Amino acid sequence: MGGNGVLNLMLRSRWWSFGFRTTIMLYFIVLIVLPIIGIYTQSFSLGWQPFWDSVTDPLAWKSVLLTTKLSVIATVINVLLGTMIGWVLVRYRFPGRRILNSLVDLPFALPTAVGGLMILLLLGPGSLVGGIADNFGIEIVFHEPAIVVAMVFVTFPFVIRAIQPLLEELDKSEEEAAYTLGASTTRTFFQVIFPTILPGILSGAMLAFSRALAEFGAVVLVAGNIPGKTLIASVYIFGEIESDNPQGAAAVSVLLLTLSFFILWAVNLIQSRRMGK
Amino acid sequence: MKKLWISLTYLVFIILLIIPVIKIFTGAWADGWSGFADALSRKQSIHALMMTGIIVVVVTAINTVFGVMLALYLVRASWISHRMKQFMNSIVDLPFAVSPVIGGLMIVLLLGPSSIMGAFFEDIGFKVVYALPGMILATLFVTFPLMVREVMPVLQEIGSQQEEAASTLGAYSWYTFWHVTWPSIRWGVIYGVVLTVARSLGEFGAVLVVSGNIMNKTQTATTLVYQDVENFNVVAANSIALVLAAFSVGLLLLMEWAKKRKEVH
Repeated sequence: MGGNGVLNLMLRSRWWSFGFRTTIMLYFIVLIVLPIIGIYTQSFSLGWQPFWDSVTDPLAWKSVLLTTKLSVIATVINVLLGTMIGWVLVRYRFPGRRILNSLVDLPFALPTAVGGLMILLLLGPGSLVGGIADNFGIEIVFHEPAIVVAMVFVTFPFVIRAIQPLLEELDKSEEEAAYTLGASTTRTFFQVIFPTILPGILSGAMLAFSRALAEFGAVVLVAGNIPGKTLIASVYIFGEIESDNPQGAAAVSVLLLTLSFFILWAVNLIQSRRMGK
Repeated sequence: MKKLWISLTYLVFIILLIIPVIKIFTGAWADGWSGFADALSRKQSIHALMMTGIIVVVVTAINTVFGVMLALYLVRASWISHRMKQFMNSIVDLPFAVSPVIGGLMIVLLLGPSSIMGAFFEDIGFKVVYALPGMILATLFVTFPLMVREVMPVLQEIGSQQEEAASTLGAYSWYTFWHVTWPSIRWGVIYGVVLTVARSLGEFGAVLVVSGNIMNKTQTATTLVYQDVENFNVVAANSIALVLAAFSVGLLLLMEWAKKRKEVH
């Protein structure tokens, strides 16, 4: 009890608890808040004009536009795949279901650079798929398709994990009532099931979208990074840092960050609404 | 219909997850055992894996302590107003929305050689950016929300009645924490630890920016994979990737186990 006794005294003493609180709060502010403020101030450090110049540099806005476009495509793919897989994993019993369910989280557990390398090996120039696609005149690696594949891989779990709990909670009697009343499977899905899982699809999709916007590791290896063509925003920022232009990097970062914060805020809104119900 | 959907699901898993993982395994053995062993026994490989190990241990330890404490404060503390709690709660998630590269950039801007604080630390002989402290800091930033997000819902669910009963004698004490709070949040914390380890093991963008990727000095396992690919040394990249992937799969199994225990408790 000796050690615990001392700790008890420490925790009960006012000074210690004050010190504890201050430490935790300082850690929080220094680690999270300060850096974000820092990046906003840095991007405007030389005034409004240089910020505007950095953002309107064709290579900069093209990279942001490309990232947004490809992220939208990747998100749409993941919404379709994720809804199907979430449905199958919750509703059907079949051999291997539990293994597949655990595998869903693999992209979260795997380092993104390893993910990028895998895609490079599978779809790259010397590979089977790459060779076949090449014969048809389709270029995958170092072009847009590879970036989309990388984004889909990295954001794969989001939609599935967001709709699974909703499907599990779904009241089966409503669904059965719809069938009894003679509704077709398709109609039941769109009128009974879909509205229930929609908030999950939306919040999962937005999380996937913001993650795709931010992705770096998986993409940098497969994108080819040709300015104005396959250079996505995070790689552009990395390039600006490497070429010692922190202000330009910060300006594009601010653009991307503001977009992500907005998405995060929307996700929170959807989730708190659902909680409110 | 049912069979069709199940087959389609299997197809997606095989193409998107299973084949790539198998490819990493076969790729590392492309030159036989010796290729794999040679790649791993390079000086830079051993150093990079060691750096990753140090970062994982330090980051997980720090974020576990601070994450659990912050979660406790955000759920229980009476000295923070409700509004403030809500505000802080939304800030916790910010690192999720920040691209790792931007996370690294933030640290370079704040603590780099040309910044005020960086210059100060440089003067007293403490290098932050392009050195281990900066890399740890970057990883701390990226993994910060994981623990808080795992522990908070558990604390909210169990409510504070038991804790209040236990601490009627005085303020919230170590005894109350250890005997009342800890048993209920235990599996949440373990799950959070696994997530933090996985994320810090695999962190790439933020570390790449902050470390400068200097071989045998600030290179981690993931940035070494990147460098090997850039140098067209695919077998070496594969070998390191295989080690990382093996750890990830192990962590995934741990995650499943912790999740199951979490649901039981």
